[in-house]
Amino acid sequence: MNWSSWSEFFSMGGYGVYVWGSYFVTFACVIGEVLLVSRRKRTLIKRDGLTHKSNKETYSVRDEELNN
Amino acid sequence: MAINWYKYASPASFYSLAGKMIPFFAVVAFGLLVVGLYIGFFVAPTDFQQGEAYRIIFIHVPAAWMSMFLYVVMAFWAGIGLAFNTRLSSMMATAIAPTGALFTFLALWTGSLWGKPMWGTWWVWDARLTSELILLFLYIGFMSLQAAIDDSRRADKAGAIIALVGVINIPIIYFSVQWWNTLHQGASVSVTQAPTMASTMLTGMMVMVFASWMYSIAVILKRVRVIILERESHTAWVAELRQKGVL
Repeated sequence: MNWSSWSEFFSMGGYGVYVWGSYFVTFACVIGEVLLVSRRKRTLIKRDGLTHKSNKETYSVRDEELNN
Repeated sequence: MAINWYKYASPASFYSLAGKMIPFFAVVAFGLLVVGLYIGFFVAPTDFQQGEAYRIIFIHVPAAWMSMFLYVVMAFWAGIGLAFNTRLSSMMATAIAPTGALFTFLALWTGSLWGKPMWGTWWVWDARLTSELILLFLYIGFMSLQAAIDDSRRADKAGAIIALVGVINIPIIYFSVQWWNTLHQGASVSVTQAPTMASTMLTGMMVMVFASWMYSIAVILKRVRVIILERESHTAWVAELRQKGVL
């Protein structure tokens, strides 16, 4: 175990800014990427009207809606 | 019982296959991440020279390796899509680019935060850093070129050209530390000779590398599914999935 206290852990031997700056941005980007992909799917489903009962007529009507 | 692999070349069957695989890769990625971070911070010792700052290695190296590896995989799928006109291959290349660009940015970011305490500078026009920056521009170029073209088939072809041309940059990055007199250190881990790293540090790093692999597969499959839906929204199978509410 390298650290005797939390404050020592966060100071990271004086390099805390650099180490935690790296780790924070990395995890923020990773989580951000996952959220963005999920949102991309949600907006797609909402746009294509998942909530409507999709049958042949609604399906073709939706094409008109989309095109104009 | 011969498996008909070509079945998965069709977007519809690949969509469901990918859907089943994503949770597996996501869970393995998270598990490896926890183990890797534990080894990295609580098992690996302090470095005699760099003190604690070297712990950035546990994300800098995985990000850098992934940035190069994902570009090669992207170029591969783009080339297959170009050669065989298989739409799903091109969709895969399009799905890989953002994750590859992200890892390239993270490699540059974590490297810069590591360079400041160790080299005394955030940035230097060193061969390794500059070629990695060019890699980031290639990813951005690929994505913006594809975004600029409305017809997805033409966008795939144009993207394939830039992806394939850009592959030459990958060996340049990899060998830059040998070809030029770079400030960036040489390869501590290579296929030709034993790693010049302490074992626990190496183990921690390798666990993080596999975690980044699993993560990349999970997020790229997740994105390719959305791309499939976007491009195939007019088809019957998407309408059927939508009707069943299992998109």
